[in-house]
Amino acid sequence: MKPDVDVKAVMDARAGDVAAKKRRNAAVRTGGIAIGFVVLVLAVNALAHGYFLEPANITNVLRQITVNAIMAAGQTFVIITAGIDLSVGSLVALSGVALAQVSNALPFGGPANFVVTLLAGVAIGCAAGWINAWPVVRLNLPPFITTLAMMQVARGLAFTIAHGQPIVLHSSVPFDWLGSGYLLPGLFGLPGIPYAVLVMGVVAIALALLLGRTAFGRYVLAVGGNEEAARLAGIDTGRVKTLVYMISGSCAALAGLLLLARFGSGAPQNGNGYELQAIAAVVVGGTSLMGGRGTIVGTFLGALLIGVLYNVMNLTHVDPYTQLIVLGAVILLALVLDALRKRYLAER
Amino acid sequence: MTPSAPLLQMRDIVKTFPGVRALDGVTFDVDCGEVHALVGENGAGKSTLMKILSGAQPADSGEIDVDGKRVLIDGPRAAEQLGIGMIYQEFNLVPDLGVIENIVLGVEPRRGAFLDRGAAASEAAKVLGELGIALPLDRPARRLSVAEQQLTEIAKCLVRKARLIVMDEPTAALTEREIDALFALIATLKAQNVAFVYISHRLEELPRIADRVTVLRDGKAIDTRPIAQMPQADVIRLMVGRELENHFPDLPEVGADAPVVLDVRGISAASGVRVSDVSFQVHAGEIVGLAGLVGAGRTEIVRAIAGADVPTEGEIRVGGARVVVRSPRSAIRAGIALITEDRKAQGLVLGMTVRENTTLAHLGAFVRGAFVDRAAETEATNAKIAELRIRTPSAEQTVRNLSGGNQQKVVLGKWLIGRARVFLFDEPTRGIDVGAKAEVYALMVELLRQGAAIVMVSSDLPEVLGMSHRVLVVRGGEIRAEFARAQATPAKVIAVALGSAAA
Repeated sequence: MKPDVDVKAVMDARAGDVAAKKRRNAAVRTGGIAIGFVVLVLAVNALAHGYFLEPANITNVLRQITVNAIMAAGQTFVIITAGIDLSVGSLVALSGVALAQVSNALPFGGPANFVVTLLAGVAIGCAAGWINAWPVVRLNLPPFITTLAMMQVARGLAFTIAHGQPIVLHSSVPFDWLGSGYLLPGLFGLPGIPYAVLVMGVVAIALALLLGRTAFGRYVLAVGGNEEAARLAGIDTGRVKTLVYMISGSCAALAGLLLLARFGSGAPQNGNGYELQAIAAVVVGGTSLMGGRGTIVGTFLGALLIGVLYNVMNLTHVDPYTQLIVLGAVILLALVLDALRKRYLAER
Repeated sequence: MTPSAPLLQMRDIVKTFPGVRALDGVTFDVDCGEVHALVGENGAGKSTLMKILSGAQPADSGEIDVDGKRVLIDGPRAAEQLGIGMIYQEFNLVPDLGVIENIVLGVEPRRGAFLDRGAAASEAAKVLGELGIALPLDRPARRLSVAEQQLTEIAKCLVRKARLIVMDEPTAALTEREIDALFALIATLKAQNVAFVYISHRLEELPRIADRVTVLRDGKAIDTRPIAQMPQADVIRLMVGRELENHFPDLPEVGADAPVVLDVRGISAASGVRVSDVSFQVHAGEIVGLAGLVGAGRTEIVRAIAGADVPTEGEIRVGGARVVVRSPRSAIRAGIALITEDRKAQGLVLGMTVRENTTLAHLGAFVRGAFVDRAAETEATNAKIAELRIRTPSAEQTVRNLSGGNQQKVVLGKWLIGRARVFLFDEPTRGIDVGAKAEVYALMVELLRQGAAIVMVSSDLPEVLGMSHRVLVVRGGEIRAEFARAQATPAKVIAVALGSAAA
C-alpha cells in the first residue's frame, strides 16, 4: 500500500502544478491581450491628436465594423468546424440586389415591408448555406471549393438580377433608421447608438450564446475538434455542418441588408473581398483554422481591431495603398504572435 | 570486419512507452542470406523491434551492429544507407506515381537539374529483369494488385542496395500462387546474399521459407532455433507460454435465468475487414470475449453493432426489441455504448475539457431551457471523477493533458453517464498501466452486477480468458469457435485464431 500513497502524493503535487500552470497560462492569455490593447489605444489616440477617443469617432468605428463583424461572427461557426465559407462577400451583393427588389415589389411599406424583406434575406442566406454544405456533408468535398463555386454563382446572380446596375430601394422607413439612424440621439450630449450597431450587438450576443451556451454550440466545437469522436458520441455531424453554413449565409445576407439600408440601393459589385476581411477578423480573434477552437467574443475583438486600424490610418492620413500593406502586416503579426504564444504554452 | 560477424546484431534493446515496457532487453541477429522468422502474439514487440531497426523509432537503450561494426540508426535514411529495407504491411507507395517513379523515389537519377527518366527506367528494368519480374512499369501504384505493389516495394529496396529486407506479414493478402511466386523470389534473393526478417502469423509457412525462428513474448526474445528444431506446436507454446496472471477479479456467475440483453443475428458489414453472418447472444451480467488476431474483424463486428459502420445485413435486438442501427446515434438511443479502441482518434475530443467530454454523448440531458446547465454538468462530471478515480486537477482540465489511463477513464465516464445496457469494449486496457487496468476490470464487474451485457475485444489473450464468461474466436470476419470459460485455453484459442491445424 505504501507505493500507492507515494503515487498519490506525486499526483497531488502534479495536480497543483497543473492548476498553477493553468492560472499562469490564463494570465498570459488575457493579461497580454488587455495590456496590449490599452497601450495600443492610448498610442493611437496620441497619434490622432486626441480625436480617436471622441464619442463621435468611436460611434463611427463601431458603425463601420458592423458589416464585417456580423459576417465574421457567422464565419466563426464555419471555421470552428475546420471549414471555410468564401461565398459570403458575393452573398452580400446578392442579398443586397435581391432584397431591394423584394422590398420594391411588396405592395405595402413600413415595418411590415422591412420584416418581410428581412425574412427573405434569411431565406436567401439559409438556401445558399444549405447548398454550400450539401457536397461537403454528402460527398466530403472540401468547403474551400464548394464555397468558391457559390462565390462565383452568387456574384453572377447578383449581376444578372440587377442587370449590372444598382437597384434603388423605394421604401424608406425603417430602412433609413437602420442605415443612418441613432437610438437616443443627444442623450448626455452624446451622438447616441446607431441602430446598425445595435443590430450588430444583438447578433453578436445571440451567436455568442448559441456557441458558448447551447448544446448545438458544443457540438460545433466537438465536430471541429474531432469529427469521428463526435459522430461516435451520437452527434449528427452532417446536420451540425449544414447548420453552420446556413448561419454563415444568413449573417452574410443580413450584412447585405445593412449595406442596402445604408446606401439606399443594392449594387451587384458590393462586398467584393469581404469574405477575406471576415476570415481575417475570425483568425485574428483567435479561432483556429484547424477547427475545434474559437469564440464570438474573440471574433468581435478581431473585427474591432481591424476597424480601429483602418480608422486610425484614415485619421492620420495614411494613403489607401499603404493601408492595405499595414493591414496585411498586422494580420500576419497577429497570427505569428498567436503561434508564439501557443508554443510558449505548449512548452510550459 | 570479422569474418564470423553476423550481418545484423541487435543486443539488449529496450523500449518503453508510457505504462508499458514494449521491449525488455531483446537480442536478435540475422546472418547474410538468411531468412529469419520473427513470431509472437499481438503486442509481443515485433513491430517495435523492427521500427527501431528501420529508424522509425529510437530505442531507449541497446546496441546495434552491422557487419560487426557499431552503428547508430537515427532515422529511416540511416537505415537505408546501412542496406536495411523495410516493407510494411500497409505499403508505402505514392498512389499516383508509376512503378518506375515509386521504385526510384528519393534516389532519382538526375541529369543536371532535371530527372533522368531514361536512367530511372533502365535502372528499374535492370533490377526487375535480374529477378525475372514483369511489372507494368508506367501504371500508377493505385491500380496495381497487392502482389504487384509488394514487388514494387521489393524493387524499391533493391535499388537502394538493401542487404536486409524486413517484411511484415507479406502473405496476408496474397493468393496461393502469389505466395509461391514470392517465396521463389525470396529464394533467388537469398542466393544473392540478401537476408530477410520475416514477420508472419501464418506459422504453417515458416518451414517453407525460414532458416531460423525467434519467438517474442512480452517484449522478450524467448527462444531462437533453426526451423528444423522448432515444430509448430512448440512455436505456439512459446508464444502463449505466459501463465494466466491472477490479477483478474472474480466474475459473478451468470444466472441460469439471466435474460438475453444483446442478440445479434446474422450481421454482415463491409467497412474494413468484411464481417459475414455473425450471430451471438450476451446475457445480463455476462461478458463475452472476442479473441483473434489484429485484422481478424473483431473491431468491425463491434463497430457494426454500435452503428459506427452500418451493417449491411442482419438484425440486432436489445432486451428483445429490434434496433434499427443506422448511425451511432440510433445505437446509443437503444442503450448500446461503444468504448472505442483508439481513444485519441475516436473516443475523445482532446482539446475539450474533462467535463465537455464526459457529457458529450448525453448533452441533451443537461439542457435546461435553451442552454446547457454547466453546474449540472460539473456535478455529474465530478461524480464520475470520484467514482472512476480519474486523476485530474479538475473537471475543467483539457483531456489532452491527462495520462493514457485517465483518458481511458474519461471515455468510460462518458458512457456511464447514460443508461446503456450493452457495453462494447474494444481493447479497453491497451496502453494503460497495471493499476488503471485493475480499475477498468473492477468497473466491468460493477456493470455486470447492474445487469449490463458486455462484449470485450482484446488482443491480450490472458485478458480475454481471464475476463470473459465465454470466448468467441474470430478469424476472417467470422466467428470460428466458441469456448466456455472453463474450456478456453490459450493454445486452443490461438490455434483457431491462426487457423492452424496444430494443437
